Amino acid sequence: MADTQQAARPLSPHLQIYRRTLTMMLSIIHRITGVGLYMGTVLLAAWLIALAMGPDAYDSFMGLAGSLIGRLIMFGYTWALIHHMFGGIRHFIWDTGRGFSLGLVEVMAWIHVIASITLTVLVWVAGYMMLGAM
Amino acid sequence: MSEMRTPLSRVHGLGSAKSGSGHFIAQRMTALALVPLAIFLLASLVAVTGADWQTAHDYVANPLSAILLLLFIGVGIVHMRLGMQVVIEDYVHGHGLKILALVANSFFAVLVGLTCIYAVLKIGFGS
Repeated sequence: MADTQQAARPLSPHLQIYRRTLTMMLSIIHRITGVGLYMGTVLLAAWLIALAMGPDAYDSFMGLAGSLIGRLIMFGYTWALIHHMFGGIRHFIWDTGRGFSLGLVEVMAWIHVIASITLTVLVWVAGYMMLGAM
Repeated sequence: MSEMRTPLSRVHGLGSAKSGSGHFIAQRMTALALVPLAIFLLASLVAVTGADWQTAHDYVANPLSAILLLLFIGVGIVHMRLGMQVVIEDYVHGHGLKILALVANSFFAVLVGLTCIYAVLKIGFGS
């Protein structure tokens, strides 16, 4: 009986049916960056543990973090954090019941993309300036 | 109001657990707190870039940064656990596997959270 009922219920079209839109991609990226940040907490824990263990452990950790792969992962982490943060702010605006007109949604999406890339680059420029200053 | 649930879901006892609003509000409140806390974390990471152990240690040991880091970790862990719960519920359909994933999610959150908190406290209270 359950089978006949299940068969009668329609399926909604899945992702690949739809034309790609920026807002759709940002929604997906918001979730992916969230999962990425979830994994990234392990890096934060490793950094703090290394710092708590002492200079030798910290130098070893920073050696790994300072490698090319380490820098790429950290760049990804900072971008994910910033992108997810701006995505959250967009959701706050929608939570107030505002910003749902199609034009505004599109503008907010582009601001989101540009702001998160700009802030990520600024953070890294600041980081490299710190390296130069040390 | 007429019954919206399918007979199958009624038999399974599925449907609203009456805790969806609490989940939503907790997700948004932690998100709100995480905006300034994430900005603080980014500023902190820039501040200790290239710093030796002593400088980085002193930075984290400072009560103000230690408290803000603890807040970021505590609030962040709650937020990410709620978020991952939704992801699991969306994509993991097998009943046993879903329960397993949800339990693992909670365990992971507590493990990483306590690890970070222990480290910050050790740095803060240590010599």
